[in-house]
Amino acid sequence: MAEATDPHEVHEGGEHEGAHGHGAHHHPPSGFIRKYIFSIDHKVIGIQYLLLALVSVFVGLTMSVLMRMNLTWPGTQWPVLGTLFPDGAPNGVMSPEFYLSLVTMHGTIMVFFVLTTAPQGGFGNYFLPIQVGADDMAFPVLNMLSFWTTLAGLVVILAAIFFSGNSVVGPTGGWTGYPPLSAIGDILNVPGQGMGMNLWIISIAIFCVASLLGALNFIVTLLNLRTRGMSLMRMPLTCWAWFTTAILALLSFPVLLAAGILLFLDRTAGTSFFVPGGLSNGSGIEALRNYSGGSPILWQHLFWFFGHPEVYIAILPGMGATSHILSTFARKPVFGYRAMVFAMFAIGLLGFFVWGHHMFLSGMSPYTGFAFSILTLSIGVPSAIKTFNWLGTLWGARIRFTTPMLFAIGFVSLFVAGGITGLVLGQTSLDLSMHDTYFVLAHFHLVMGVAAIFGMFAGMYFWFPKMFGRMMSERLGKIHFWPTMIGVYAIFVPMHAMGIVGMPRRYSQFHEVINGQDVMIYEFLRTTPGLVKMVTWAAILTAFAQLIFLYNFVYSLFRGERASDNPWEATTLEWVTPSPPPHDNFGGKVPVVYRGAYEYSVPGAPQDFVLQTTPDETEANAPPHGEVSAQGQGDGSNGHR
Amino acid sequence: MGRALAAFIWVMTILSVWMFLDGRWWFPKSISEHGPAYDQQFVLTIIVVGVAFSAAQIALGYAVWRFRDTGDGSRAVYSHGNNRMEILWTAITAVIFITVAVLGQRVWAGLHFQPAPPDSNRVRVVAQQFQWNFHYPGADGKFGRTDPARISDESLNFIGLDSTDPAAADDSVVATLVTQVNRPVELNLTARDVTHSLWVPPLRFKQDAVPGLDIKVHFKPLTVGQYEIACAELCGQQHYKMKSFMLVLPEDEYRQLVALPQAQFQTQVTQLVRKYPVKYD
Repeated sequence: MAEATDPHEVHEGGEHEGAHGHGAHHHPPSGFIRKYIFSIDHKVIGIQYLLLALVSVFVGLTMSVLMRMNLTWPGTQWPVLGTLFPDGAPNGVMSPEFYLSLVTMHGTIMVFFVLTTAPQGGFGNYFLPIQVGADDMAFPVLNMLSFWTTLAGLVVILAAIFFSGNSVVGPTGGWTGYPPLSAIGDILNVPGQGMGMNLWIISIAIFCVASLLGALNFIVTLLNLRTRGMSLMRMPLTCWAWFTTAILALLSFPVLLAAGILLFLDRTAGTSFFVPGGLSNGSGIEALRNYSGGSPILWQHLFWFFGHPEVYIAILPGMGATSHILSTFARKPVFGYRAMVFAMFAIGLLGFFVWGHHMFLSGMSPYTGFAFSILTLSIGVPSAIKTFNWLGTLWGARIRFTTPMLFAIGFVSLFVAGGITGLVLGQTSLDLSMHDTYFVLAHFHLVMGVAAIFGMFAGMYFWFPKMFGRMMSERLGKIHFWPTMIGVYAIFVPMHAMGIVGMPRRYSQFHEVINGQDVMIYEFLRTTPGLVKMVTWAAILTAFAQLIFLYNFVYSLFRGERASDNPWEATTLEWVTPSPPPHDNFGGKVPVVYRGAYEYSVPGAPQDFVLQTTPDETEANAPPHGEVSAQGQGDGSNGHR
Repeated sequence: MGRALAAFIWVMTILSVWMFLDGRWWFPKSISEHGPAYDQQFVLTIIVVGVAFSAAQIALGYAVWRFRDTGDGSRAVYSHGNNRMEILWTAITAVIFITVAVLGQRVWAGLHFQPAPPDSNRVRVVAQQFQWNFHYPGADGKFGRTDPARISDESLNFIGLDSTDPAAADDSVVATLVTQVNRPVELNLTARDVTHSLWVPPLRFKQDAVPGLDIKVHFKPLTVGQYEIACAELCGQQHYKMKSFMLVLPEDEYRQLVALPQAQFQTQVTQLVRKYPVKYD
C-alpha cells in the first residue's frame, strides 16, 4: 500500500518526539560479528533470544520425557541412561536424586530460559519498536547486553548438568529452591545440593540482571519513541502486553536477586537468613550448629513475591499476541480494546498482591492466608474479561484458519482450561488437600507450559515471514498443530484427577519392585497407574510432534516461499515495511499513524483491512486491489492460489 | 478446519467433564469432622468451574464453527465492543468469584482461626529426613523437654528427648500418629532438618512442618482405622517414600495405649497397626 506520508516529513514537538531520528541511532553495521553476533539491532537481538529459547525448550522437553518415563516404569534399566550417567542411573536405573535433578532443571530452564525469554525478549524486542514506529529500542547497547547476559545465565545453568555431582544432572531443590534444604542440603549429604545449587543461584542471579537490563528498555521505548500519530490507545495490544510485562519484571526480579544473594550467603558465608538454630542430622554434625535465627518462610515470601508476577510475565505477552492474531484472522477489531488494556493492568497490579497463595500451608499466619485468598480469586475477574473479549472478537467474524490462528484459538481454550482451576487452588480451605499435588501441576502446566507456549507458536508462525522474509509451510504447520493440541490436553487434564486422588508432587516414583513384585508405595494412589501411563504416552508423542515444528522452522529459513510485506493482510506497522525490514525498520521513511490497530472489515473501505498508516483522505482514492506491493490473500498464500 | 477444531474442542470438553464425574478418581472417603464441609465446598467449586469451563469451550467451539470464512466475500461485523456487555459480564463474574472466595474460607477459619478445643489430645510431631516422629506425653500428660544437642539416631533418640527431665520418663516416640476417634487432636509440628509436610488424604488435612517453628493445628477424626501419611514438601531424595501411618482408635484402646510406659508403647502400636489394615473406600 503506497504511503501517503511525505518521506521527508519531520516531527514537530510533543509527546511523540523523543529520541527518534531518521537513522540517528546507529548506522547499519558491517562485518559478520557486528551484524549477527554482537549486534545492537533489536531485530537481531530478538532473533538471538528466540534461538536461545528454542535450544532451551528442547533441553527442558527432553528432561520432562525422561521424568515421565521414570514415573511410569521405575526400576527399568535404560541402556543409554546407564552409559551416559553411570552414577545417576546405575545399571540404567534412574536414581531418585537423578529424577529430582531433572525436575529442578526442567522447571528452571522452562520458566526462565523459555517463558521469560521468547515472548518478551524474543518477539517483544523484535516487534515493539516496529509496532510503535521507532527505528530501534531506546537503549540499543543495553539491549545487546541483556541478551548476552541472559546467554551467560544459560551457560551457567547448563554447566550445572555436568558439575552438580556424579549422580545428578543438576541441583535437586526444585525450581523453587526452598531452604533449609537449599541452604544446608550439602551439609546433610543430599545429592545435588552442593556445587549444583551454587550454580543454580548464580545462573538465576545473572538472569535477574539480564531481565532488568531489558525491562527498562521496553518501558522507555514505548513511552518515548512512538511515532507521530501513535497514541497509546492506537498501539497494538501486543505493545500493551510487553509494556505491562516489563513493569512487572522491573519490580519483581530485584527481589529474586536479593533472595538469591541471601541464600548464597547462607550457603557460603555462615549467615542465617533462612536457617534456624537447633537443627540436627541425627549424628551431631558440627556445621549445623553455626546457624541460628533464620526463617525458612522468609525465603518463600521473597521467592513468591517475585514468583507470582513471574507467571504473569510468562503469560501476558501471549495474551497480547493472541488478541493481535485473533483480530487479524477474524478480520474483526479486537472486542473491547480498552477493557483489554485495563484487564492487563489489573492482572499485573493484582499479581503483586497474591503471592501468599503459594504459602497457605507454609506456617504463615492463617489470617494472612485469608487475605491472599480473597485477592487471588479477584484476579479471576480481569482474566475472565479477557476471555469474554476474545470470544467477542470471534463473534460475527470471518475466520481464516491459518496456522497462527489455530494456535491463537488454542491459547484461548487452554488458558480457560488452566486458569479456571485457579478458582479451586486459590481457596485456603480447598488447598488443605490440593496443595503440592498433581492438581497444582495440571493448573500451572496448562497455563504456563501450554497456553504460553501456544502463544509463542502463534507468534512464531505469524511473524516468521516478517523476520525471515519467507513463509513457513502451512501444511506442516497444521500437521504440527493437531497432535500438539490433542496431546497437551491428553497430558494435563488427567493430572487433575491424579491430584484429587492425592498424588503428591516431586515424587520420583509411585511404585517399586519389592521381592520381585511391583507394589504401589501408597495404597491411596491405587487408581492412578492407568492415568499415569496414558499421560506418559501422550507426552512422548507430543514431544516428538514438536520435531515437525523444528523441521518446518529450519526448512523454511532456507527454502520457504518468499514473503511479501503483508502476507496476512494485517493492519499494524510491522506489515508496512519489507520482509525482513531494513536496518532502521522503515527505510528512512517515518511512518505516520492515523487510526487504531485493528481496523478490519470497516464498512465502506475498499478492502477488509485498513493499515494504521492509511490517512482518511486517500480511502476513496485507494488504488484497486492487486496494484500495490503489500498485498496478499491474507492466508499466507502470497497471492498464489 | 474450523469444523474440525470445533469438534475437537467439544469432544475434549465432554471427556474432561466425564473424567471428573466418573467417580474412579475422587477423594478417599472423609474421616474428619471438617471433611464433609470440605467436600461440599469442593463440589460447589468444581460445579462452578465445570460450568464456566464448559460454557467457554462450547462458545469457543461454536464461534469457530459458525464464523469461519466461507469465501462468500462477506465481511465480519465491524464492532469495537459493547460497554454494556463488559459491565454485565464483569459484574456477574465478580459476584460469583467473590462469593466462592468467601465461602471457601469457612473450613479454613473453622480449623485455623481458633485454638484447639481444651479437651484435645496432644501430639508433638518432629519430621526428619526421611521419617516421621510422633511424641506422646505419656500418663502424666506432660511432654518431656527436648534438646537438639541430645538427638542421636544411633541411640534411637530422634527428637532429643532429655532423659534428665522427669516428665520425659513416660514419654514415647514412635513413627505412627495415634489419635482417638471423635476427639480433637492438637498437633505441634516442627522439623529437625528441612521443611516437610504432613498429609493424610482422607483427613482432608495437610500442614508443613518447618524447622525453627512450632506450628499448632487441630482436627477431629471420626472414623476408626489406619491411614497412610505422605510427605508433601520436597525434602530430599527419599521424599517419595517418607511414609507413615495414622491410627484412629476407639476410646478404650486409645486410653489404654497412652497410659503404657515407654517400653511397651511401640509393641502395642505395632499390634494395633496389624489390627486395623489400611483400607480406603
